[in-house]
Amino acid sequence: MVDGLLDRANVDAVLNDLDEYAVEEALRIVEAHGGNEEGGPNTVTVISMGPERATEAVRKALSMGANAAVLVSDPALAGADAVVTASVLSQLISQGSYDIVICGTESTDARMSVVPAMISEKLEWAQLTFASKVEVDVAAQKASITRTTEAGVDEMSAQWPVVISVVEKINEPRYPSFKGIMAAKKKTIDVVGLATLGTVPTSSWSTVIDSAPRPARAAGVVITDDGSASQKFVDFLVEKKLI
Amino acid sequence: MSNVVILADFVGGVASKSTVEIATAGAGIGEVTALVLAPVGQGAQYANSITQGPIAKIIVVESNDFALHGVAAVADVVSQVINEIKPGVVLFVSHAFGKEVAGRVAMKTGSGIITDAVDISPDGTTTQLVFGGSTTVHSKVTSELSIITVRPNTIAANFVEVNPTQEVKSFEVSPSAKKATTTSSLPPVKGGRPELTEANIVVSGGRGTNGDFSVVEAFADSLGAAVGASRAATDAGWYPHSHQVGQTGKTVSPALYVACGISGAIQHRAGMQTSKLIAVINKDPEAPLFELADFGVVGDLFTVLAGATEGIQARKA
Repeated sequence: MVDGLLDRANVDAVLNDLDEYAVEEALRIVEAHGGNEEGGPNTVTVISMGPERATEAVRKALSMGANAAVLVSDPALAGADAVVTASVLSQLISQGSYDIVICGTESTDARMSVVPAMISEKLEWAQLTFASKVEVDVAAQKASITRTTEAGVDEMSAQWPVVISVVEKINEPRYPSFKGIMAAKKKTIDVVGLATLGTVPTSSWSTVIDSAPRPARAAGVVITDDGSASQKFVDFLVEKKLI
Repeated sequence: MSNVVILADFVGGVASKSTVEIATAGAGIGEVTALVLAPVGQGAQYANSITQGPIAKIIVVESNDFALHGVAAVADVVSQVINEIKPGVVLFVSHAFGKEVAGRVAMKTGSGIITDAVDISPDGTTTQLVFGGSTTVHSKVTSELSIITVRPNTIAANFVEVNPTQEVKSFEVSPSAKKATTTSSLPPVKGGRPELTEANIVVSGGRGTNGDFSVVEAFADSLGAAVGASRAATDAGWYPHSHQVGQTGKTVSPALYVACGISGAIQHRAGMQTSKLIAVINKDPEAPLFELADFGVVGDLFTVLAGATEGIQARKA
């Protein structure tokens, strides 16, 4: 039995591009390896953590074809850091019966790219992250990925259960069809509070002291090339001691 | 004063510049111990490649499980070392691998984690740049142990010569950290140019190159620079995705960033606007990236780069 599970760690009101890759990959795995009927044994569940307004983003994933959705929403989680986020999502995952968790790699600021690894650590599931390709062998209950990072290209595999994160470009996420959008409106998003989850840490071990916009860059020199720009560019490099 | 452990970073078995950078960041907080995790039989070779940076001591652990089981195995041993020597701060390099190891160590040790710091003060307060580098945030880990990852190329490295004491320790990787197995491993394809995120100078090409990166590469080579590309260029298949600079690609902050034929969408800016100096070459005087330029040329990038490459080579001759 394959249960795909998508984790959206970082919630905006709009489904983050990178999470669409995760939804798409989960759908493809389920489509390739079993039925996709509502409530059937082969389902994609979208899980997410964030304020209730995040339900709209979750519904986008449902309109792409995900079967069910759970959103953890609790005022105590406002400002949760990566440790709390990973702990809460791990707790939620451990209460389901999932085999594969698929996450997007990062959000706009790359600050949450550590969460999939942290969930893997917490659950003691195998970590298959930064996947540019995913293959599932149902008979062997095994997942294999191509891990693509700046350190090179690795092939990795593991027995289920596994936590996978996918990089951008792994697939071409589908657009929700009209039928999908209508169907998604009828699907329920299960919104749960921390009380349902049991004991999880909610106080963050890191605090923001202050934040401020960075000062605008001082205006530089912009010239129009009259044949002397190359020389002026070299002069600029010399002046800045770059050559 | 807290003791600091850094996870030494190696490229091809040799300590990287990032190792010196995180050592420098750590030395502001306390005495730095570098943890060297190496394949069996190569610990001494790895450790001996650490010749620069304010490092007092090296701990070497050898195991082939690091390569075989990746992030989980490394995090497992790092956590065991932490439990034994109880540092106050542990620093990692902010690349995919370093961040993932740091995240697992934070979970395992019940500690707070801050990623992508660009500076750390002696009391452990970190500086991060968020929202594509437009906002500065100061944060602090409040748990007993602080786990911090430091973005490459943002700390002025102290290249002091060192010859730290070496100690070999033995740790077993726990079974729970061996669940994923590496079946093959290929190093990144290198063109003899520096790594994009570590390079002192990055020269990037965009739509304006029309797919011809030869002048961009020649100019980059004359400066010993790395080559980057905008998303428009990588999506068009003109340059590999691994070289994409921007929100969904690499974030770079070199001493000089040269943008050639790149208009400067917000997504691209997010990947390069913390560069110390920015030069922009574009035919279109309205290109938004000119707003960030310290030096800008409205003109043909092929002509300007070819001329500048000649000028640089003439100076070297």
